[in-house]
Amino acid sequence: MKLNENYEPVIGLEVHAQLLTKTKAFCGCPTTFGSEPNTNVCPVCLGMPGTLPVLNRNLVEFILRMGIATNCSIAPRSIFARKNYFYPDLPKGYQISQYEEPICTNGWVEIDIDDGSRKKIGITRIHMEEDAGKSIHDIEVDTLVDVNRCGVPLIEIVSEPDLRSPKEAYLYLSKIKQIVTYLGICDGNMEEGSLRCDANVSVRKKGEKKFGTKTEVKNMNSFRNVERALEYEINRQIQLIEDGGEVVQETLLWDANQNVAVPMRSKEEAHDYRYFPDPDLVPVLVDEKWIARVRADLPEYPTKRRDRFVAELGLPAYDADVLTVEKGVADYFEETLRKLSSVSGKPAKEDAKQVSNWVMTDILRVIGEQKIDIDDSPVSPNRLAGMIGLVYDGTISGKIAKEVFEEMLTSKDDPKSIVQRKGLLQVSDSGELEKVVDEVLASNQPQVEKYIGGNEKVFGFFVGEAMKVTKGKGNPKIVNEILRKKLQALKN
Amino acid sequence: MQTELTFDETQKNILSGATTCEKVLDDYLQKIDSTKQLNAFLSVFHEEAREHARRVDRKIASGTAGKLAGMVVGIKDVLCMKGKKVTCGSRILENFESLYNATVVDALLNEDAILVGKTNMDEFAMGSSTENSAFGPVLNPVDKTRVPGGSSGGSCVAVAAGLSHTALGTDTGGSIRQPASFCGVVGLKPTYGRVSRYGLVALSSSFDQIGPFAHTVRDAATVLGVIAGHDERDSTSAEVPVPDYAQFLSKDVKGVNVGLPVEAFADGLNDEVRSNVEKAIDVLRAAGASIYDIHLPHSRYNISTYYILMTAEASSNLARYDGARYGFREDEARDLASMYTKSRSEGFGAETKRRIMLGTYVLSAGYHEAYYKKAQRVRRLIQNDFVQAFAEVDCILMPTSPTTAFSFGEKAHDPLQMYLSDIYTVSANLAGIPGISIPYGTDTKGLPVGVQLLGKQFDEPTILRVADFLESTLKGQES
Repeated sequence: MKLNENYEPVIGLEVHAQLLTKTKAFCGCPTTFGSEPNTNVCPVCLGMPGTLPVLNRNLVEFILRMGIATNCSIAPRSIFARKNYFYPDLPKGYQISQYEEPICTNGWVEIDIDDGSRKKIGITRIHMEEDAGKSIHDIEVDTLVDVNRCGVPLIEIVSEPDLRSPKEAYLYLSKIKQIVTYLGICDGNMEEGSLRCDANVSVRKKGEKKFGTKTEVKNMNSFRNVERALEYEINRQIQLIEDGGEVVQETLLWDANQNVAVPMRSKEEAHDYRYFPDPDLVPVLVDEKWIARVRADLPEYPTKRRDRFVAELGLPAYDADVLTVEKGVADYFEETLRKLSSVSGKPAKEDAKQVSNWVMTDILRVIGEQKIDIDDSPVSPNRLAGMIGLVYDGTISGKIAKEVFEEMLTSKDDPKSIVQRKGLLQVSDSGELEKVVDEVLASNQPQVEKYIGGNEKVFGFFVGEAMKVTKGKGNPKIVNEILRKKLQALKN
Repeated sequence: MQTELTFDETQKNILSGATTCEKVLDDYLQKIDSTKQLNAFLSVFHEEAREHARRVDRKIASGTAGKLAGMVVGIKDVLCMKGKKVTCGSRILENFESLYNATVVDALLNEDAILVGKTNMDEFAMGSSTENSAFGPVLNPVDKTRVPGGSSGGSCVAVAAGLSHTALGTDTGGSIRQPASFCGVVGLKPTYGRVSRYGLVALSSSFDQIGPFAHTVRDAATVLGVIAGHDERDSTSAEVPVPDYAQFLSKDVKGVNVGLPVEAFADGLNDEVRSNVEKAIDVLRAAGASIYDIHLPHSRYNISTYYILMTAEASSNLARYDGARYGFREDEARDLASMYTKSRSEGFGAETKRRIMLGTYVLSAGYHEAYYKKAQRVRRLIQNDFVQAFAEVDCILMPTSPTTAFSFGEKAHDPLQMYLSDIYTVSANLAGIPGISIPYGTDTKGLPVGVQLLGKQFDEPTILRVADFLESTLKGQES
């Protein structure tokens, strides 16, 4: 969709990331996804009278990782607040969140925009809060409430209104996903709701300094929806202004089936959450030592890793991008490369492209097809390195390697035993290969005539035939040599 | 009648074999059953308590009994006991049973106290007369035409009428000390954070504290020693070691510096209350304590600050009673909004609704800054007043209440008059400091007068020491 070029959209995103702590934010209940409704509960997360929240320290640990990775200032003292509203899936009648004095403020991340440059996107704040439960509106039975999710820890990442197009919003959101998954604090799954995104959108004439009236768009539950919903809303606002109307401050819900954003509530209907400091919780104190420890334990930042893959390993930028989208993939790649280099004895730079090809085309295909995490790949970095090693030392050909790889998906055997078991050892015996070549030349006289007549293109045909006879196991280098020698002799 | 003995005396009799826990309990149960008109208890655990008493008797015989073996205790019905109703004096929780024990309940049980029943109270601890209970008012045993004070009226009367040795109450703005003063017993509000609030159904989380009623300072100190201490389930409970409080009951106040807030002895104080309190001051002076006038300059803001912050927290704490998951739900409700409004309109009493509305108002956009935020700042000024005062004195003495027990209905229709009966007690909750009320004489109608002592944070030892001394001088006069 093309946007009117006289206008500039101004977008800020609020991203909620569900944290991968084992237990809830303020009680010891498990955070397991997909349990039977209302089973991961206790008096505390049920909001039973008399219960009190006790902060899970891992929640602080996780948000510190995020805050440091996004260049935020970390408050030495931050406090929790109550966000008050009535809803059946909110047992206490309030959500514990942070309002004034959040733990992380004033950070930034960088996105790579289309013109090839990098753009800084400001992060206003990142704070901790607990999730509410789920209401299931089943017309037949009435509304059902599942409180398993109550008290599951979230962080909310609020960006500055620095985004200037749906594409930038998409890139920013992808960056946030990349960082949270890299840090191991969130699985980044938008469809399952572990990453959720609301947007504040306004438009203004190009060159205008003042912001236009903004609307809030909610319920964009996939990356694609975020881009589409923003395009829709920006166009709607521009159209409205072009037609002489005014944008009204309101909250809209994105309807992915109809591709429209439907008004949910106006400014007048907006909730008054009556925030105040939660008297049941003490301030969160974070000292320099804690921050230093988290900083030291931080995994390498994705952008840095990408740049290192290009500079130190000589990978094409495209490869480096693909490999570093997810931390798991980059880890897998580096692990395989490390294993291979220790076997091949070559500098990592020489093996990198080879490993990159295997990971990008074969491993990513397999985990995509099987819908699994790369950590659960049927081929471990160790086995993949072992197999590539067999190609290096001439045990198998590149072509056979593909066959061995397929076998490794279902077999736990190491690549060497697969090669032996299936009789896939490369034939490098020149005596044996000479016989094969003689046979091919004898049974393909017309092509031999052509070659002698000067059409050297048929050389490839002979190679193919010879490989066919050896069922792919012939060492292509040696087959080539023999063929060239024999054909040259015939020519003379 | 064994029910006229203190726990200290009873335990001596039990340990010497003169009586048993079971016999002691039976006397109490009989008395509870024969004084039902006082309406002190909302539930009584006859069989369970007897069984428990027999178990404790066996433990005494085998020498494994805990510190509170033989103590019969009443529990304010705002504290959770597993499988037992916890009504909070409200229709909205009339049939609600708790899933777990409050930390203080476990602490008492671990030391072999016998929990005899749950006591009546103002709805959600909101009130100063126990007239706000959905289950009827509690009568003052000294004069049944008068209120026992509140909100812990049931627990206070349980002790005053000899229905239990001690009882646990809660004190958010005076709900232990004020009834103690009206009924002539000892009531102790510990430092905020001294006793875990886990299992106390919250009225106002930054003010609520659990504490004991008892006949003597010694018994109150014994209970405090058992219920005090850090609890990992309450983040606001302090990691401050719990001393052996009995060791401070030395019957000696020589060298103790006692402060008298000038503001508390000004207009509005009943003359008879004043003269009794002044007697206590004279006794202390004569015993070698130094008496000083002190100033608490922001004390005139106590009531307004307290009622803004308390109602704000209460409006949030009571949001969970919405008819959705447990408690009272109005059957007529047809949709979500009507379920909320009908259940809450029918389930809550007038004072509770008044405070929810006040609290919602002071937190609302546009008023938040003028009320809630300002009151937060004033609270800090009030706290500072005490910090400065305690730089000069060891404890502060003043009346517990400006009057003795008033009659039923006297203030029930004038909320502001009712709120003003907390004028001397709320400051301890605003500042988070400990306070104790002990009976010190009576007015001409024979109604008890309470003297209040306030201490530094976690300095319960000093106020217990001074209170214990004053108590002993009174007993000396009587005999």
